[in-house]
Amino acid sequence: MLELVVIGNGMVGHRLVQALCDRDSAGTWHITVLGEETRPAYDRVALSSYVDGVSAEDLTLPSLTVDLHLGDPAVAIDRDTRRITTETGRVLPYDALVLATGSVPFVPPVPGRDLPGCFVYRTLDDLDAIKAAAADAVARPGAGRRSAVVVGGGLLGLEAARALRSLGLSPQVVEIAPRLMPVQVDEGGGALLRRLVETEELQVRCGVSVNGIAEDRGRLVATLSDGVELDADLVVFSAGIRPADALARAAGLPVGERGGVLVDNRCRTSDEHVWAIGEVAALEGRTYGLVAPGYAMAEVVADRLLGGPATMTPEELDMSTQLKMLGVDVASFGDAQATTPGALEVVVNDPVAGTYAKLVISDDARTLLGGVLVGDASKYAALRPLVGSPLPADPVALIAPGGVELGADALPDSAQICSCNSVTKGAIVHAIGDGADTVAALKSCTRAGTSCGSCVPLLKKLLIDSGVQVSKALCEHFAQSRAELFEIVAGSGIRTFSELVSRFGQGRGCDICKPAVASILASLGTGHVHDGEQATLQDTNDHFLANLQRNGTYSVVPRLPGGEVSPAQLITIGEVARDFGLYTKITGGQRIDMFGARVEQLPAIWRRLVDAGFESGHAYGKSLRTVKSCVGTTWCRYGVQDSVGLAVALELRYRGLRAPHKFKSGVSGCARECAEARSKDFGIIATEEGWNLYVGGNGGFTPRHAELLASDLDTETLVKLIDRYLMFYIRTADRLQRTAPWIESLDGGLDHLRAVVVEDSLGICADLEAAMEQHVGSYADEWRGVLEDEEKLARFVSFVNAPDTPDPLVQTREERGQRVPVALGLPGVGA
Amino acid sequence: MTATETTVRWATICPLDRLMPERGVAALVGDVQVAIFRLHDGSVHAVGNVDPFSGAAVMSRGIVGDRGGVSTVASPIYKQVFSLVDGRCLDDADVSLPSYPVRVADGQLDVGLPW
Ligand SMILES: Cc1cc2nc3c(=O)[nH]c(=O)nc-3n(C[C@H](O)[C@H](O)[C@H](O)COP(=O)(O)OP(=O)(O)OC[C@H]3O[C@@H](n4cnc5c(N)ncnc54)[C@H](O)[C@@H]3O)c2cc1C
Ligand code: SF4
Repeated sequence: MLELVVIGNGMVGHRLVQALCDRDSAGTWHITVLGEETRPAYDRVALSSYVDGVSAEDLTLPSLTVDLHLGDPAVAIDRDTRRITTETGRVLPYDALVLATGSVPFVPPVPGRDLPGCFVYRTLDDLDAIKAAAADAVARPGAGRRSAVVVGGGLLGLEAARALRSLGLSPQVVEIAPRLMPVQVDEGGGALLRRLVETEELQVRCGVSVNGIAEDRGRLVATLSDGVELDADLVVFSAGIRPADALARAAGLPVGERGGVLVDNRCRTSDEHVWAIGEVAALEGRTYGLVAPGYAMAEVVADRLLGGPATMTPEELDMSTQLKMLGVDVASFGDAQATTPGALEVVVNDPVAGTYAKLVISDDARTLLGGVLVGDASKYAALRPLVGSPLPADPVALIAPGGVELGADALPDSAQICSCNSVTKGAIVHAIGDGADTVAALKSCTRAGTSCGSCVPLLKKLLIDSGVQVSKALCEHFAQSRAELFEIVAGSGIRTFSELVSRFGQGRGCDICKPAVASILASLGTGHVHDGEQATLQDTNDHFLANLQRNGTYSVVPRLPGGEVSPAQLITIGEVARDFGLYTKITGGQRIDMFGARVEQLPAIWRRLVDAGFESGHAYGKSLRTVKSCVGTTWCRYGVQDSVGLAVALELRYRGLRAPHKFKSGVSGCARECAEARSKDFGIIATEEGWNLYVGGNGGFTPRHAELLASDLDTETLVKLIDRYLMFYIRTADRLQRTAPWIESLDGGLDHLRAVVVEDSLGICADLEAAMEQHVGSYADEWRGVLEDEEKLARFVSFVNAPDTPDPLVQTREERGQRVPVALGLPGVGA
Repeated sequence: MTATETTVRWATICPLDRLMPERGVAALVGDVQVAIFRLHDGSVHAVGNVDPFSGAAVMSRGIVGDRGGVSTVASPIYKQVFSLVDGRCLDDADVSLPSYPVRVADGQLDVGLPW
């Protein structure tokens, strides 16, 4: 076997090893990988999602079976004897060496850049340090918001600013160039971009640089070239990167003018045993700070190491980028700066709509060379693969609002659909021909769509264009969609799962269709969720009427309508939590959560709560959670309506209502919106005249603001519209579909919804209202129902043969004065 | 077959009619946690109660169903599906739950544990 040593365990090094392992069936290479970081390779492109709670494990790339030495960087290469020495003194001989050391952040040489509180933004460890410093800053006493200075307004700087903002700081972005994202975006795009990103919490200063950083009473002060001084709790440098080529320089390998190990079109350095890929490589003198070109290099070297003929040229490298997660769409692709001789530019700038689009085309106006999209990048997926191809339509029509919609059929087979993983349209069409009939199947067999995800819409289009019927079947037991099953159950009078599955499905169901049918039955008012066979359909939350937590215990959440709670009730909650050793926390929806209850404790806990006048808060169900409220006219100087009174009334009206997904509401007493009603599935904001009703706001993975459905409503009309809206949602949405994607999926969107529920265009409003009346009339507290029924109570035991023995695996420890679970080991997995 | 019979120690758990069709119960046998399920067709199955993916003792609280004709239970934590017949995880070939023999004598349900 030949020895291959890879220095660097980043995204590109990892891709090389993966490609080689996949193809080296003859076992030619024995691979050793050296990593400077102490963690296995992870998705650096998605690094910023780490501040939003995506864990390091989630970011970790699939593990490979190679000799991997983490936390042990290479410190010397001896090219004469072909040996690598590592920091811990390991000596590794090689037949081939691949440098994949990536880059290091560039920190401009300003005084004070090494002070505590100054950070770079490159690794998970950097983010851990930034998170800790931000948490300290936020916790520090003193008035006002905590702030940060971000040095650099490029792609990375804007991402860092967004991350700092979600950590609770107000960032100021300082960019030396006259506009943001100077590398990717042109002047027009940059100006609009700035307008779109700038908010009270995120400010931008262009055309100035940071001259120095000083410590001042435990905080930092950054002095700018225009004399302005900015206070900051931390400073993050994202002013560019430099290839990590020190090791190669020391070994005498030639480097490019602006750094980077020089490689030829095979990614080979001047030494035939040494290769360089990714950000450390300078292909024909130029380095690339994006992952797609690095992946392309990795593929070339994998091929070469197995004797293949692969080569690459700078022209083939894709430099497209899309800014992630700033709430503003920005994309640039191909020759965005129009550097090709004779290139023409076509611009459509709509400052009112907040969109800017530019296409760069060849001098004969026939070929697309590149483009920039700001404000709305929905056309990115369709336009980017067209770079280098003939224009399928007039360029203005391609980017004008309401212009030509590009279908996937406009693309040539050679067009790259997924630039992160270089997958062409041809490869995808081929995979579809071979039977890949879902996006998930395409992802696993071609890798398309597995990195940044921007090509997923195009994958869907290609599937549809190929005539693949995207199945609406709920699961293997039902060929129908949830909405169809709802109609079947409502119309046929069937009220048991067994009858439904034997007449309209097959088999005995699963964890997908059973809870869906349970929800349908519950919306149609079929008694207690544990009655008869219905008990077997409920998932564990609905079975124990509590929320399952990761260690197998449950949380207990009594309903506090509108967030109102009396002192006596508060005391009861405190006493219950104390007596059962529960961890308590105020929720985001104005409730009190009690964590850590074991199955066998739930009835005793709820008996005390029910006696104190509490009822189930349904925090466990796909049902109404909370109606959040501000204090409105009762207390607030600004309130124009009684927001508390309305919130309580709405919460009581819709409590217990089962829906395809959990849903929430909020009521604010005036336009100041203290209840954040517009982030809810339905939100109400008081006006001088009455109420404005907003619908379709969601938290979750894709947060959405609610949109105005109707304004200045009196209370009676408001309630009527909400009744109709909720029932229409419950009847027609898909399983687990939240209100925002549901409204989007309606043909005609919000306008259609308005036509149905406000103007009664389908003539079903009376029906919807009657269904809601039926729900309201038949509501009964689920916990009371359990406590009054010995047979149901008998299910709340830990062990059927030892009913009061606690689960021995549940262990707790103390943290900040409360009991929290000891993390469970994972027996038998991951070894 | 005889191999299993001779190496098993039977423990009586509860009357069979304590088990609701298509819903599980947990039982503690010595220090082993067992999840027991009575299915629609009357058959009874016992597998380990500890979910190998989360480490929590919750398998008895999963939803019972079938996949491709095999009776299954889905872990309520991260939703992986396991065969009730032999404990195999149908979503990850490397993982399985222990599976235990059961018998009914005089209306009482017994679970067999290896000696
Ligand atoms: C926050 C952020 C967002 C980004 N977003 C995007 C994006 O949207 N699109 C995009 O295309 N790109 C993006 N990038 C860039 C992308 O992450 C890089 O292009 C890619 O990671 C480069 O891969 P690489 O393997 O060359 O380098 P890296 O992934 O940096 O890996 C190099 C590894 O080598 C290690 N190393 C260095 N020296 C040694 C040594 N002597 N011995 C052992 N190990 C060593 C380093 O510690 C590092 O782990 C982003 C980068 C960051 C930081
Ligand atoms: S939303 Fe208006 S009424 Fe309600 S608390 Fe805020 S300012 Fe007062």
